[in-house]
Amino acid sequence: MSEVNTKPNIEGPDDFYETLLAAHEGKTKEESDAINARLVLILANQIGDREVLSKAIAMAAET
Amino acid sequence: MFDDRYTLAHKLYPYEKHADQDKAEAVRHPVVIVGGGPIGVATALDLGMQDIPVVVLDDHEGIGMGSRAICFAKRCLEIADRYGCGEPMLDKGVVWNLGKVFHKEGKIYEFNLLPEDGHKYPAFINLQQPYFERFMIERLRALQAEGKPIEIRGKNRVDAVDVKDDHVVLDVMTPDGPYKIEADYMVACDGASSPVRDMLGEEFTGKVFQDSFLIADIKMKNVDFPTERWFWFEPSHGSGASTLLHKQPDDVWRIDFQIGWDVDRKEELKEENIRRRLDAMLGDVDYEMVWSSIYTFQCKRMEKFRHGPVFFAGDAAHQVSPFGARGANSGMQDADNLGWKLGLVIKGLAPDALLDSYSEERVYGADENILNSTRSTDFITPKTEMSHIFRNAVLNLAAKHEFARPLVNSGRLSVPCVYDGLSLNGPDALPGAPDRTRVGAPMVDAPIGDDWLLSMIGGDFTLMTIDAEAPETIDINGIEVKRLALTAEGNPELAERYLGDAKTAVYLMRPDQHVVARWERFDTASVKRAVNTATARV
Ligand SMILES: Cc1cc2nc3c(=O)[nH]c(=O)nc-3n(C[C@H](O)[C@H](O)[C@H](O)COP(=O)(O)OP(=O)(O)OC[C@H]3O[C@@H](n4cnc5c(N)ncnc54)[C@H](O)[C@@H]3O)c2cc1C
Repeated sequence: MSEVNTKPNIEGPDDFYETLLAAHEGKTKEESDAINARLVLILANQIGDREVLSKAIAMAAET
Repeated sequence: MFDDRYTLAHKLYPYEKHADQDKAEAVRHPVVIVGGGPIGVATALDLGMQDIPVVVLDDHEGIGMGSRAICFAKRCLEIADRYGCGEPMLDKGVVWNLGKVFHKEGKIYEFNLLPEDGHKYPAFINLQQPYFERFMIERLRALQAEGKPIEIRGKNRVDAVDVKDDHVVLDVMTPDGPYKIEADYMVACDGASSPVRDMLGEEFTGKVFQDSFLIADIKMKNVDFPTERWFWFEPSHGSGASTLLHKQPDDVWRIDFQIGWDVDRKEELKEENIRRRLDAMLGDVDYEMVWSSIYTFQCKRMEKFRHGPVFFAGDAAHQVSPFGARGANSGMQDADNLGWKLGLVIKGLAPDALLDSYSEERVYGADENILNSTRSTDFITPKTEMSHIFRNAVLNLAAKHEFARPLVNSGRLSVPCVYDGLSLNGPDALPGAPDRTRVGAPMVDAPIGDDWLLSMIGGDFTLMTIDAEAPETIDINGIEVKRLALTAEGNPELAERYLGDAKTAVYLMRPDQHVVARWERFDTASVKRAVNTATARV
């Protein structure tokens, strides 16, 4: 069973977070939405594993 | 009293008064088919070739003008081939492999279908539906000339049906007035708005998509337009959500504009308005209008395709969106599925229960088609703001990166379904064998010397052996199973498609060329059991 990694896995979390936000700087809501959607697709392809993807989608949809 | 609802392209079965009309008592026939569209005629070919007397009633005298279907997929052509009319379709049809995808003003990428070698028929052909139907009617005439018991009666409109336990009484209207006819079994192939379905009070449930499409078939003058498929998302020529351009035989091109729901149909269909759209898209080319029409679509199916002695097939039973060309293609599989089952039951070789499996298997197929075409529709016409954002993200990435291209869904090619886990299946007992030819799957063609596997198989129960022993024929309570003895040596495609890692194989095939069971070696008891399972004789 493939699982979503829920343990910290990113080295330099603050740097990563800054890079993520920087991509959205000065962008309109529409542009930002498009960036986010593209990012999701790029990362999903990187993961590839359908089971992990489904679990990640379910996790994200939890409120 | 008897007006045509549409103009004819070919008047192929003019009305003739039949002796049945003068009889005091209604004449009983084994099978009556309502509707002489492609699916009704295919069903008639199937039954007639088995020497089952069949009467087709159609409310027109031939094939309607205007193409409707243009993409006919491999399995559909293979079925037509079994009926003896696949080759003229292939000869006339256009084969294309290059597709281009556009978003707004620019091309985002192109693809080559790279079809697999070693098949008699290509992945699909483009062919105007009237040709497809005409080749089938020509085959029907040839079979009649050979004495096969097929009849087609033009301008015979079914106005009422009375379904009894074991037969159906039909009220038929003709230019000479009404008459009654009876049928042990009736197959309703009377199209999407099926009057028979209404007469039986059966529901047709599913989704109606609120969109309309303007189709224009045009003949190009002195232009070398390439044989490619072009699909636009949000075209910059300002025509709605999508546009599709496709080549057909005779230098005719099909253009499909998705134009939205709230349109004034009459206005849109005016030639000057169609030309305005076409000119915006094509630029400076000279063309002649061949046919145009506006259509809307739905994704719907009946709950069951069998109601006692009545069967529904083709658009009467299920309707899908046009993306992926699944209408006629799946209807042909209905005919293929029902034909042999009705044949065996009428000949007394299988119980009535076999006929229930028609509904089981084809409902399963219809659901798969509806799922696929709904997905295409949702991609092409995103329903929410977020799905639109994702859709455009896919298109944007696809322009630059290969990984996103498989996500682009402008209609998936119609492929036949595998009847996984359904009741007629036997054992899948061939370790190492390929998945694509598993139990429930339609056979995959392969070249065998100068011939083709599917042509050698034909339409009976067949035991295909690859480097394995088996008797030449086996009689299983009246059903004759013939052996087709093959070897992997010199037949690499056969080995790849049917052996995989196995050394020998014994495949049992149904008359509609689906795999019933497979083993390493022949064993009489196992084959008997599998034939009985496949004919519901257990
Ligand atoms: C624009 C468009 C594009 C399409 N493209 C494709 C494609 O590319 N590939 C594909 O596979 N499919 C395609 N389809 C679908 C395809 O055209 C249909 O699935 C196919 O025609 C269904 O065949 P049928 O025999 O079930 O019904 P029909 O072709 O509708 O035939 C029904 C017949 O029954 C007759 N009839 C009706 N009522 C009565 C009555 N009361 N008594 C006697 N006769 C009656 C009618 O006159 C007609 O002849 C397309 C459809 C459209 C509209």
